[in-house]
This record gives sequence, C-alpha cells and structure tokens, in this order.
Amino acid sequence: MTDREIMEYDVIIVGAGPAGLSCAIRLKQKKPDLMVAVIEKSSEIGAHILSGAVIEPEPLDELLPGWRDNPPSICLPVERDEIWLLSQKGRRRLPTPPQQKNHGNFIVSLGVMCAWMAEKAEALEVDIFPGYAASEIRFTEEGAVGGVIIGDMGIGRDGQPKDTYMQGIEIHAPITIISEGVRGHLSKQLISKFKLDNDSDPQTYGIGMKELWRVPAGKCKPGLVQHTTGWPLDSKTYGGSFIYHLDKDRIAIGFVCGLDYQDPEFVPFEAFQQMKAHPMVSEMLEGGEILSSGARAIAEGGYQSLPKTEMPGALIIGDSAGTLNVPKIKGTHQAMRCGILAADHVAETSTADGFDAKLRASEVVKELYKVRNIRPAFYKGFWRGFIRAAIETVTAGKLPSTLSIHADDKSLNKLDGYTPPDRKWVDRKLPPRDRLASVYFAATEHDEDQPIHLQILEPEICTTRCTVEYNNPCTRFCPAQVYEMVEEEGGRALQINAANCVHCKTCDIKDPYQIINWVTPEGGSGPNYQNM
Amino acid sequence: MKILVGIKRVVDYNVRVRVLPDGSGVDTDGVKMSVNPFDEIALEEALRIKEAGNADEVIVISAGGDECQQQLRTGLAMGADRAIQIQTSESLQPLSVARAFLKIVEREEPGLVILGKQAIDDDNSQTGQMLAALWDRPQATFAGKVVLNGNTAAVTREVDAGLETIDIDLPAVITVDLRLNEPRFVKLPDIMKAKRKPLDVVPLDELGVSIDGNLNVGHHAPPAQREKGIMVEDAAQLVQELKNRGLI
Repeated sequence: MTDREIMEYDVIIVGAGPAGLSCAIRLKQKKPDLMVAVIEKSSEIGAHILSGAVIEPEPLDELLPGWRDNPPSICLPVERDEIWLLSQKGRRRLPTPPQQKNHGNFIVSLGVMCAWMAEKAEALEVDIFPGYAASEIRFTEEGAVGGVIIGDMGIGRDGQPKDTYMQGIEIHAPITIISEGVRGHLSKQLISKFKLDNDSDPQTYGIGMKELWRVPAGKCKPGLVQHTTGWPLDSKTYGGSFIYHLDKDRIAIGFVCGLDYQDPEFVPFEAFQQMKAHPMVSEMLEGGEILSSGARAIAEGGYQSLPKTEMPGALIIGDSAGTLNVPKIKGTHQAMRCGILAADHVAETSTADGFDAKLRASEVVKELYKVRNIRPAFYKGFWRGFIRAAIETVTAGKLPSTLSIHADDKSLNKLDGYTPPDRKWVDRKLPPRDRLASVYFAATEHDEDQPIHLQILEPEICTTRCTVEYNNPCTRFCPAQVYEMVEEEGGRALQINAANCVHCKTCDIKDPYQIINWVTPEGGSGPNYQNM
Repeated sequence: MKILVGIKRVVDYNVRVRVLPDGSGVDTDGVKMSVNPFDEIALEEALRIKEAGNADEVIVISAGGDECQQQLRTGLAMGADRAIQIQTSESLQPLSVARAFLKIVEREEPGLVILGKQAIDDDNSQTGQMLAALWDRPQATFAGKVVLNGNTAAVTREVDAGLETIDIDLPAVITVDLRLNEPRFVKLPDIMKAKRKPLDVVPLDELGVSIDGNLNVGHHAPPAQREKGIMVEDAAQLVQELKNRGLI
C-alpha cells in the first residue's frame, strides 16, 4: 500500500449541509485568506439532504444579508399554520402552539437551499468537493484530530482493488469541522473515542420519511403549513406528520416517528403510508404523482443529549451534535447558528478549545434548554406528554426539573409477553404500494461491486437471538428494505440489499443489539434527492 | 497526435425523468446534470492512448451554454489537457453540432476524434457519423475495442450480429460503446489542478456555421400506463375472457 497523497487546508469541513456550509461561508467572510474545504459524500450538493422544511430566516439574514432579493429557487413565505389531531377517519383542529406559529418563516427545499449556499461558498473561494466520502479520521502523533482520510474508490465486493482502484487521499488540517448531520459515522467514532457523551444523556432519534408530490391543480395551497398528530400512531408512539404546500402544484408531505417506539412489529414506513390514507390527506394527493421520496433520521434529544462538541483538533456541529428544536421541529436555523458560531470561534482563536463553552452560552443552547422537557414528557404516553408539553410551553421551560432522555436501542419490547396495539390500519390505494416502490423515487445508487457498507459486528445474533427475541426488526424499520431474512440451503440468513440504502442511519440507531455499524460507501453513492 | 473528445452535458442517468405536463419537453428544473456516460468512456480511451505514448494532447470540447463548463472542468480533472467551449444558448441538433465540431477539427487538426456513441437524453447517435462525413474521413462507431497501429486503427465494433473488426485510416472519428473501458475516478487534487488548465470559450457565431435545424420536435409524452389486468379463476374463464375480447 503506497503512502496516500496529502492535501492541506486550514479548515476541513465534513458534510455540506446547512451547518457545514454556514461555517465555510462565515470562515471566509471573517478571514478570506483561510484555506477552507468542504467534503461531501453525495454526488452533488443537496443529493443527500432531506428535510420538510420550514425554516426561520434569521441566521440567513445574518450570514447572507440581501439573500431575500435572490432566494433559492424553492422558497415560499408561510401563509397559514394548521395543527390537526387525526383519528382513523376524522380530524379535529387544534390551537396552534407558539412554537408552531410560522409567520415570517419560509417553506424551502433544504436540498435546493444547500446547493444555493454552496454556490455562495464557492464564490468566496471555498473548495467544495462532492462525491468524496471522508471515511476515517486522521489522527496526529499527539492523538489529536488532524484531518480526514478519503475513502478508497474502486474496491470490489470481495475487498480487493478493481481496475478502477483509486486510493483516497489524506486531507490534513489543524481544524476539522464535523457536520455530518444526524448519527454521522465519524461523529459516532469521535464521541466514543474522546468520551464526549460522558456527561450527557444518550441521544434519541426519530425517523423522518418524506415524499414530494405533484398534485392536480387546485389541491395545493401555496404557503399552507399543516401538521398532524394522533392517528395512525398509538398513544405510546411519538410522532406526527407534516404537509407543506409549495408552488407549481407541489406538496412536501412527510412523517416523523420517534425511534423509541416499543412495538417490535411496527413498520414506520407503513405508518407514513397510513397517514396518507386519511381522507383529509388522500383527498389532496389523489390523481397526483410522486416526484421524489426518501428518509433520514432526526435528532430529538436536544439539551440533555448534547455531547461535548470540542476535542483536540475538531468540533462537532449541527445535528451531528443534535441541535434540532423538537417542538418547533426545526433544526436548520440552529445548525446554521452553530456553524456560524464555530466559524467565529475558529477565526478568532485558530483552535477547537473553548468552543463548547461558547456553544453552551449561546442562543442555540438557550433555545434547546427552553424546550428540553417536551420530548421526554411523551415517555408517559401521548396525553400525559401533551399536558406536560403544554405546561413546559406556558412556563417557557423555567420549571427546575429536567427529564432525562432514554436510549432508543433499549426501548423495543421483546416479543415474549408483548401484545401490540390494535392499530386499525386500513387498506390503502395511494402509491407507493411498498418500500421497494418507494425507494425507486429516492434514486439511490450504489455500485453493487463494492464492500457492503452496513457492517454487522456479530452476525450470528441475527438468525438466533434476534429472531427469537424481536423477530428481526431491521426488516421492518429500514425504510428502504435493505434487510431481508431469506431462506437458504443452510437455513435462514440475513440478506443485506445495500444498494437500496438511503443513508438514513435508522438501522445504526434502532438495532437492539447495536451490532449494525453504518460506514460510508464509495463516494458519490447513495440517494440523488431532487428538490427535497 | 492530438485527440479531440466531444462531451455533452446531459441529465444525469440516475434522475427519474419526467415529461412536462404540456408535452413540450422533459422537466430539467433543479435536475442533476452530468457528462454523458458514453463521453466519459470516450475521454477515458483518449487518456489511455495518451498514457501509452501514442498521443501528446487530449482536448475536450462541448457545445452549449456556460453551464457546460462544469462538465468541461470534469473532463480536465479526469486528465484532459485543454478544453474548448463552443458557446451558444441555442439548443443544437446533431447536424449543427457536427458542423461546429468540424470547425474545431479544422483548427486543431487532431489525429483522432472520439465521441460517445449517443447522448442519453436524445439517443440520436448521429453526431459522430455526421462529423466523419462532413470531414470526409473514416468512421468506426460503437467501438468496443481500439488498437492503434501507426496511422491506422483496428476497431472492434459492437453490431447486431456480434463483433466486427475493421481497419480505418487515421485521422478518423471513433464513437464508443459501453464495453470499451471503465472510466477512472477523479482524484481530488486533480480537481484543483483542472481549475488552472486552459478553457477557451469560442462563440458559435465566430465559427460561421449554419444551425438551421431540419428537425421539428412535435410532442413529448410519457410511455402509456400499463393497464390493469384481471385474475382468472381457471382455464375456462381465460378462454371466455379471450373470446369476449374477440381475441380467439
């Protein structure tokens, strides 16, 4: 193995999402001579970005004044908010809580916005490299983070180099910014190695699934923001839906469901489809067509789950740390603020030290603190959660207690002795009929001839303990049907259809034995989301 | 010798393409664009010929708006030495592209012009053939293998009956098929180097070619929806259903 080629930068940023790009732009604004690069595993900026999204524009106003004169191509001001409590066939309008009052906010495609931000970053001479996966951290001799190692490309399924083999280069930088989004694989390694979560609760997550629809004329009401809760979920499963009405007869519709759900037979994808079967929703979608679909995990732990965000040579920012505001279900403004803060700190001190204290004192964490008890309130079920959430909202989080956050991988009930709720789910007619039909619209692509990027650390468990205890929930929680139990000559076996993967990270999170380890596939692989 | 490689900016092969509701074309709004996959194979072949010592310079050319500079830079990052953009905001038909390319060929006097066999957006497979005819030089299309022998080349073509190997005199036009090679990955440092390689912009008007199209695109429509079938209980019902439809 030859020595890897080396490129050097002052700052290397992993992940071209709102946090990473805000950081890059701000760094160049503060110190134009800094050499800054952003590495992004998707084939083009925005291709792995999936979000509702309704955003608060203040960080954009701060970072890019004048952006409103030249906004991203999908950007509508919010006109109206509606909150609905659904039952199987009925619905009741609920009063809009303050966190869901979206006057002044914008409905955007976060993917389009990131591509737009990337252009601005490039205009400031940030080097942006889509199609390259940072697969490992490069450590200095002193054990500090000293950059990243780009994954080798052109390796076959057997692990051997193919004709197209290209060794990944090393990028050396005194400061590495980790902005991989939720459950980043490098974040996971760094949090473990530097024990960054020693003093925080475990992170808790949701799975967000989204479809972009073109609906018949007249069905879409541009600027309308709708959220639903209740059916099709039972009172012990946290979650709800969003329906954002865009322009050009397009509706962004999605479903978020807490990954602390208890029922091992639960299929989150099916819950999403059931929500669409509700008369209020299917009436909007009937006769329309799906333009794009996908899924991505969401960080819901907030204040209690925030790890230490600095370590020698690196910072973890945005949702890799977990800055999303759950009752607002908005993380973009927080991620951007975090990126801006990190850039200011690095521009001023040229070091990672001291960032964590600044973050804790900042608006980002103040906002998280205010709403810290809302998500864990729902551990007691929907109604008690609702009441506690209302109390927390009214008292603006000033009550002295702080509820703790539980780990999702420990929440699944074992089959033995468990009776799942009667969900009263219906026969449904709207596309996509199943997960395979859905994954088509994610346009996800992986060269089949490459190592499987979903590593199973103890595969014997799959066909023995897991089958008995949980009946292989991975075959149900993956929104892309990557995992299948198949009958082979020697008996049952786990088949991993890695090419379907949409990089949502749900399996890495929810697996009760924590033996699934998601790593980056070859750069450029994965979804090709458009306008998501 | 110089090798000229023509590349085209097309909708990426992964995109789930959609016809516009009015049938005027395909929806390219916000859609990912890439180098035509066959053109990447063409460029890869040119680079291998140069690396084997049989060419001194590889030049990538493309006809289109300034957006296609993105694809030309990709070509430079793969290893091309120079790029030329034939700048136009018109949508060009293959004959117009061939005429424009001919002007560049006359300027550069390459020993080989290598193109992709067809573009994945219009699937025309015409530009290479027309260029060869206008240039009055040989053409070897759908190449699956290319072996240079001094001032001739033995090209194995993928044809309906199988494989056909022909010898052609250079200079000539070769259009490439899928099995010719697998294009290399681009190394990160080469992306940076590509930014400094020359990219010349030549306005189409300067070339003095006619771009009158003799093709008029009428209408686009998606493939007809497959109709729902019915399940039949037994052979007797099958026969009855076929009879009802006048099929037997």
